[in-house]
Amino acid sequence: MSKSEQSSPEFKEIHIHNPKNKIKESKGYKVFTFFNTLIMIFIAFVTLYPFLYLVSQSFTSEQAIYAGHTGLIPEGFNIKTYIYVVTRNDYEFLKYYLNTIIYTLIGTVLSLFFSCMLAYPLSKTKLKINKILSPFVIFTMYFGGGLIANYVLMLKLELKNSMWGFILPMLISTYYVILMRSFFMSIPKDLEEAGEIDGLNKFGVFWHIARPLSTPIIATMTLFYAVMYWNNWFNAKLYLQDKAKWPVAYFLQTIIRGAGASDPDAQQMSANIKSCAMVLTVLPIICVYPAIQKYYVQGMMLGGVKE
Amino acid sequence: MRDKEKNLDQEMTEETVSELEQWSPAKITRRKRFVKDVRVNWQLYLMVVVPVAYYILFRYVPMFGNILAFRKYQSGGSIFGTGAPSFKYFGQFITSKPFWQAFSNTLILNGLYLIVRFPLTLIFALLLNEIRNLHWKKFVQTVSYLPHFISMVIVCGMIKELLSTSGPINALIASWGGEKIPFISLAQWFRSIFVVSGVWQSLGWGTILYLAAMTGINPSLYEAATVDGASHFQKVMHVTIPCILPTIATLLILDIGGLVGSGGAFEKVFLLGNPMTAETSEIVSTYVFHMGVESGSYNLATAIGLFEGLINLILLTCANLVSRKVAKTSLW
Repeated sequence: MSKSEQSSPEFKEIHIHNPKNKIKESKGYKVFTFFNTLIMIFIAFVTLYPFLYLVSQSFTSEQAIYAGHTGLIPEGFNIKTYIYVVTRNDYEFLKYYLNTIIYTLIGTVLSLFFSCMLAYPLSKTKLKINKILSPFVIFTMYFGGGLIANYVLMLKLELKNSMWGFILPMLISTYYVILMRSFFMSIPKDLEEAGEIDGLNKFGVFWHIARPLSTPIIATMTLFYAVMYWNNWFNAKLYLQDKAKWPVAYFLQTIIRGAGASDPDAQQMSANIKSCAMVLTVLPIICVYPAIQKYYVQGMMLGGVKE
Repeated sequence: MRDKEKNLDQEMTEETVSELEQWSPAKITRRKRFVKDVRVNWQLYLMVVVPVAYYILFRYVPMFGNILAFRKYQSGGSIFGTGAPSFKYFGQFITSKPFWQAFSNTLILNGLYLIVRFPLTLIFALLLNEIRNLHWKKFVQTVSYLPHFISMVIVCGMIKELLSTSGPINALIASWGGEKIPFISLAQWFRSIFVVSGVWQSLGWGTILYLAAMTGINPSLYEAATVDGASHFQKVMHVTIPCILPTIATLLILDIGGLVGSGGAFEKVFLLGNPMTAETSEIVSTYVFHMGVESGSYNLATAIGLFEGLINLILLTCANLVSRKVAKTSLW
């Protein structure tokens, strides 16, 4: 088989999908590659443009904003707006920022812990209870209580105006549990059995064998949960009336919404102030997500879309 | 897997035969097996206790809280309402015009978004797959994932800045000699803004599962196609697409199941919509929010939410059935 292939004239083209092989390509394909590159440059630019615009606005002077500055290069470059945003109303922005950091840290740790507690047993297909537990968990993805029933429950539990009112409604995400379960399922059973033979109990197997092998999924889930807590504003709107407990995302919502906001200055806030606040809020995410890209791509791959 | 089940069945019948004298032997053995399973794996059972309690309290109690659609809720009273159940709340919204307006807006917005986004995502994934330079490919991917991680508050803040009368889009229109358009407060622009910004936000992230499916394709299929003299385009049409068809089908089911649902639409519509654009921007979930949380009509809002949830479930089940027949893949 291989001999006949090697002698055939098509042999060179067989490896056309190997990027390291430099083979003569058809003219049509070269034209395609050229346009493909153009399309990719266009997509990358369009994706980044709003962010670049925000950054530019945030460094632009107020006069230039009122004069109608719309370019990507800041006019009258200054960092006064940043200082103003941070120090305004007795360091109000920093307090909201700190709230977000606290909620994100506590929420992410708890979410990770309890999601593992659920996903790991779910990954043991032999476990008897999974015949009931799997559908019990998965069903909540397709049908739920709806906004009002959840809201009324939170009122009843007296979680309004407490940090837990913000965190608990999103503590365990079923979709993420399913992703984790798929990953745990892919861990070789022999390794876990070997651990048991060496005298580890089930917790020990999870902690000393499954957990160290699960870095990709744990990194992925850390990112996903942290982003979820960092970005959430709606739970704050529903459950946190006390301004001192607001996360920064909700504060941003009130200043962007402007008219009708509870903050009287909000209506007059100019574009550069809003831009500064947005840049400061987005910054940590932009710094973190590319670093673990290879993990979440892998995690999503294994999780697939099933269930 | 199936063999194991068969073995189990066989074992069970054997045991049943051996315990023929006992009362309801099958039941007893099943219980025995379960007790034995708990005894061996008690630590695993212990692990799920807190999460299961969480699911009961925060997922299933609200699910049964849907009973508020039928029973009157009194402030501070039981979350399952009081009094005799009735269908009057359903009657109230089924005959109300604003509800049907919101319902059709939901379908139109989600439908348009699906029609535009779905093929674009697939095409983008196919184009990404053709990039040979791995560094360039990774760069484009990283950049295109960015909007997925950004809070909807910021996404909508950016949209408002870009589209404001003093923003860059209007500056461009003005430089071409056109009239400035106050996009955000015009109802006829809302759908376009919703769809375009949605595509902007989800295009890159939507390709992850396609790309994952594409890396799983056996290279020998491409080699065989090359030997048969297939062009690049033919290989995409006859190898890549058929191989990722299950992924396409599954994603399509999920999207169709979400047509009536609010999913990601709620936050964006809530943040971008305003009273001036209400005729195109009010969707069922924002309607539920306004009726329930803001106006305090909890029962009515629950009834609407339940109606929406049930339609969703039915749509998802139908899409799943069709996909099982046509593409031989299904969610369950």
